[in-house]
Amino acid sequence: MISFEIPPFIENQMQLIRMVAEQAMRPYSRQLDEHEHERPEAFVAMTWPFTQEMVKRALKPLMAQIEANGNGHNGNGHSGNGSAKPKKEGVDYGMLSFIFMIEQLSWGDAGQYLCLPHPMLGGAAVDSAGTPEQRVRFLSKFTEGAPKWGAMAITEPGAGSDNSAMRTTAVLDPDTNEWVLNGEKIFITNGALALKESDGLCVVWATVDPTAGRAGIKSFVVEGNTPGVSIAKQEHKLGIRASDTVALHFDNARIPFENVLGDQEVRQTESRKGFAGAMKTFDASRPAVAASAIGIARAAMEFTIEKLAEEGITVDYTKPLHELTAVERDVMEMEARYKGAWLLTLRATAQMAHGESNRLEASMCKYRAGDAVTWITQKAVELLGPKGYSREWLAEKWMRDAKINDIYEGTKQINQLIVARSILGYSRRELK
Amino acid sequence: MLDFRPDEEQKMLTETIARFARERVRKVYREAEEDGAIPAATARAGWEIGLLPTAVPEAYGGFGDYSVVTGALAMEEFGWGDLAVTFNVMTPNLLAIPLMLCGTEEQKADYLPLFTQEAPPKVTAALTEPVVQFNPYKLKATAVRDGNAYVLNGRKTLVPLADEAETILVYAAENGVTQAFIVPTGVDGLTIDARDKLMGVRALSTNLITLTDVRIPAANKLGGEAGIDFSLILNHSRVALAAAAVGLARAGFEYARDYAKQRVQFGEPIAHRQSIAFMLADMATEIDEARLLVWETAWQLDQGKDVTREAAIMKHQVDRMVMQVADRAVQTLGGYGYIREYPVELWLRNARGFTTFDGLAII
Repeated sequence: MISFEIPPFIENQMQLIRMVAEQAMRPYSRQLDEHEHERPEAFVAMTWPFTQEMVKRALKPLMAQIEANGNGHNGNGHSGNGSAKPKKEGVDYGMLSFIFMIEQLSWGDAGQYLCLPHPMLGGAAVDSAGTPEQRVRFLSKFTEGAPKWGAMAITEPGAGSDNSAMRTTAVLDPDTNEWVLNGEKIFITNGALALKESDGLCVVWATVDPTAGRAGIKSFVVEGNTPGVSIAKQEHKLGIRASDTVALHFDNARIPFENVLGDQEVRQTESRKGFAGAMKTFDASRPAVAASAIGIARAAMEFTIEKLAEEGITVDYTKPLHELTAVERDVMEMEARYKGAWLLTLRATAQMAHGESNRLEASMCKYRAGDAVTWITQKAVELLGPKGYSREWLAEKWMRDAKINDIYEGTKQINQLIVARSILGYSRRELK
Repeated sequence: MLDFRPDEEQKMLTETIARFARERVRKVYREAEEDGAIPAATARAGWEIGLLPTAVPEAYGGFGDYSVVTGALAMEEFGWGDLAVTFNVMTPNLLAIPLMLCGTEEQKADYLPLFTQEAPPKVTAALTEPVVQFNPYKLKATAVRDGNAYVLNGRKTLVPLADEAETILVYAAENGVTQAFIVPTGVDGLTIDARDKLMGVRALSTNLITLTDVRIPAANKLGGEAGIDFSLILNHSRVALAAAAVGLARAGFEYARDYAKQRVQFGEPIAHRQSIAFMLADMATEIDEARLLVWETAWQLDQGKDVTREAAIMKHQVDRMVMQVADRAVQTLGGYGYIREYPVELWLRNARGFTTFDGLAII
């Protein structure tokens, strides 16, 4: 039944996260923007206790399931295709609350939000492609000890949207039963935090057969402080400067055989079934990026509306468009684009929470939200005039932060392509 | 809990209307547009789907099953079929829904049973005025209290089915505030003038009307002494129109998509090109976004919220979306898009109306 009701526990959670945003993020936004490679310590210290609880809650049903299967009960088992995610019964409130959390944290500061001590994209990849046992094994480390980070490494200098061009290799060493990774990965969010500054993990996509294209690609879990992994470069960016973005170099980095994500079949070197499972990561990560975009958009929109109100400019919603000033129309347009993109994001999220496929809707929300936040923040700087352009306020930073949402987790154009193929029923060959 | 899936009853209803739209409306709509008349049997079949009798409270002979969300789902399917037929079928709503929302007990008892009959009652409403910059909150038509009567003056346009109407709900400003008055068409001073000559929805008969010192009993003021919550009525109208716009846009998108897949140029379907495919992707995404805005506003209305702000934002976005999508549908068909043998030019003309149609449909 169609409903827009937000569960009360999420409303409560939002209040708490807003407090985190106001106390541990906003006061440090400018400082971290101007000192690019400093870490958001206050934010990490404040959120680590919460994220540990979140991961514990998420793992609990999995552990029960594994135990039941071990005792010979007929559990939900594997859905094949490299994805071992159990079929959902009821509603996955965890996913829903995570999306709302991302939105509110990004309202606080999108760069700092990306430094959340949490499995993050690495976790999404483990959840999408890993078996229940793998999920418990890799994600349990996020429930104890010192703060840890998760990352995912796909992009290479020669392989952006075209991940079939990937050159990073994984070769099984039969003597030690280890995968040996070699290659270069770039634009890795939290790469240094996950692998050098904590005992976290990074899911690395690599090919077991460079001649096989996409079919040879599998995803591998590289854990923190693995020998042979080095930071090749720390990036300097337009925005989200608080976020750790690095290039990783793999030089005979050895990881255990069991660290390839997927079931027994996927784990075989000759299997060509790893890619589909790995791609499922995006069905979860795209709504997450959209939610982050929406958080920035809301920050910029609320701030603009507040400052305009101080100047005596407010929108009278009973007036027809032709009686509104240009500025009032712009504000209305901001609100419309923000709300539309947020509703698309909530739809893709609700589909996940209800255990439905959402590939088309995930791409739709991702590209609309990226588009919306880019326009809204650019408009905010414009409407705020010289004060908007000044580094005294955060509007100009939000505009720089916003643009990444048009780019990462698939550029707008790649997501349009996915939507186009889906609505036309076309293959990659028919619509290039 | 957040959920974007219609329930079983809603699915049955939308399937019924979709069948009506596909098998009845789409068979006649182009000829109706050219002739300027909707076949009576088509309009009657639309009424017989029974939306309004279902919505009227049980106390007045209906089933009391009224939901704006369900209404929005219905309007999208009607809108997909044809806008002129939609407005024709929905004309009785223009009195029934304001009565349900704002009528006094006596007014409801007098009029609501009319809407549970086999045949549609001959009623309509007059909101829009023939001016350049129309604002429904600042009407030029006036209502002045004179003892136990009201005296109405003014001109109205876009009054659907006015030529057959027995009762018109006339909106007019009383001391600058928009109110509504139940006016029998036989009353002195009311004239049904020329039929409107419109850019689109040409199958629908709408008229100009003039009120010159029309006297009606004070009891005919909708809502009694207290009057109406005009925003509430207007917001219901905006949801209905926006939902119809989503249906119209979907029709345009589907037609353009199917055309692009079969139209071959340079040895392959034009949909194989990103310039066409991306246009279609944008259309599909914007339609989905607009639908969600409509559903959310409808849902808030069902929760009893004041959605004046939400409805304004929704209207802003949906009005622009439907224009854009209809325009791109014509563009996708190229030269054929401009030819009246194809439906997309009609949808472009109809789409342009949504910025003007306030009050022409209500759910």
